[in-house]
Amino acid sequence: MFTGQQSWAYPTYPCILSSGVVTGPFEAKGPLRDTFDKVYDDLYIGENTFEKAQKVLMEEACQQALQKAGKSTTDVSFLFGGDLINQDTGTSFAARTINAPYYGLFGACSTSMEALSLAAQAVDQGAPLVLAGTASHYAAIEKQFRYPVEYGAQRPPTAQRTVTAGGAALVAPNGSDVVVTKSTIGKVVDHGIKDPYNMGGAMAPAAVDTILAHFNDFQVDERDYDLIITGDLGNLGRSLALEWFRQKEHPMPEAKFQDCGLLIYDDAPEAMSGASGTGCSAAVVFGKVLNDLKNGRLQRVLAVATGALLSPLTYQQQESIPCIAHAVTLETKGGLS
Amino acid sequence: MANSTSKTSMETEEYKQIANRMEPKRPLGMNCLKAFLVGGFICVIGQLIQMFYMMTFNFNEHTVADPTVATLIFIAVLLTGFGVYDKFSQFSGGGTIVPVTGFANAMSATAIEYRSEGYVLGVGGNMFKLAGSVIVFGTVAAFVIGIIYAIVTQQWEGM
Repeated sequence: MFTGQQSWAYPTYPCILSSGVVTGPFEAKGPLRDTFDKVYDDLYIGENTFEKAQKVLMEEACQQALQKAGKSTTDVSFLFGGDLINQDTGTSFAARTINAPYYGLFGACSTSMEALSLAAQAVDQGAPLVLAGTASHYAAIEKQFRYPVEYGAQRPPTAQRTVTAGGAALVAPNGSDVVVTKSTIGKVVDHGIKDPYNMGGAMAPAAVDTILAHFNDFQVDERDYDLIITGDLGNLGRSLALEWFRQKEHPMPEAKFQDCGLLIYDDAPEAMSGASGTGCSAAVVFGKVLNDLKNGRLQRVLAVATGALLSPLTYQQQESIPCIAHAVTLETKGGLS
Repeated sequence: MANSTSKTSMETEEYKQIANRMEPKRPLGMNCLKAFLVGGFICVIGQLIQMFYMMTFNFNEHTVADPTVATLIFIAVLLTGFGVYDKFSQFSGGGTIVPVTGFANAMSATAIEYRSEGYVLGVGGNMFKLAGSVIVFGTVAAFVIGIIYAIVTQQWEGM
């Protein structure tokens, strides 16, 4: 149901039946290890290219979600997903294996919540079983956007590390206590940041814009949420978002405002300002956050995946970085207002 | 519409200022010092290799440069292949990029990266992706300096 200026409410309360999270070795060293379903100890994941490895991450995340729900790929009515490799091939090739009707999306690192918003919409409209997911791979995405992995360029302190992970959620009309109730689709926001090593800084205003639009559309605020979690703003992006909230005269309590990109690696020095990549928000939201909702540690969460809509071509042509954020409300049935 | 555009551009300016203010400053002084020390250390290794070749084999001061550079390139490529060169570089920045080892790293890292696209279109086609600039602008700079050198030495000879 269309609500406010840019939001959906889901009156049938589509639920997250199950989810799957698979990661690479570096993520497994982080504090969220126990929330992952499967961990690969080699970046190649038994494939001969990193691009194929990313495809496997997506396939395996979907398989894990299906297995947990006791479903098979033939039960899936739609698959929503996308990634950061050219022309979305990472996800499209996985969709070839999964063999379900497929919507290929591009929202950069906002893809996880873009997909979940659409999946909830599809279930709301009567689809029986919908998959939403995305994956990213450190080496494949570095190759796509930056320098070769082994090239010795020094990264500035604002740089972020792409997560090697795939995350997928299985959405159905009923069968679980965690439901998707609302979503707000972001506008493209560009406040003139040009540095591709400062994605968090570029994305922060988009996150703030979407969160405030969400509050406005549903007449709610941060007090209605136990946690507002952004996708991959990193250290600098999170601080800038908090400052931007203050500038917008809507200060945000710091403890409630977390970032997936800061949770997944803890303080690992290789991560610099934090994690990034489409798999970052997918792995944390479909892993830890869903677990916390199931266990009752959290009642209501606003997951805000943030994406930088640039390409290597646009930043070489000195364009600034347009960004987007999509917000999805996840709640427990017990906590429904 | 005009109003909303000017409001957005004001916001953009405001945000840029905040972002500039809050961005952690790059440790320029420390980076320079590390680059100087590590770069210098690589040169010391080069010097030792050079002395070793001159003492052990029949090289003189003019002929020893080639095998010395070749040895340094070999070490840099090996370290790149083992996946540790980029880790040194994160520490030392320009110190590992500027010497000949940096050039070897740029070529070999790219060759490794694009190996999955095959030898011709992948390795061959991409190997100079980063190093190509160095060759192009190195040649241009050498040309300009060469002309200046020629003019200056001609004049002195004429005096």
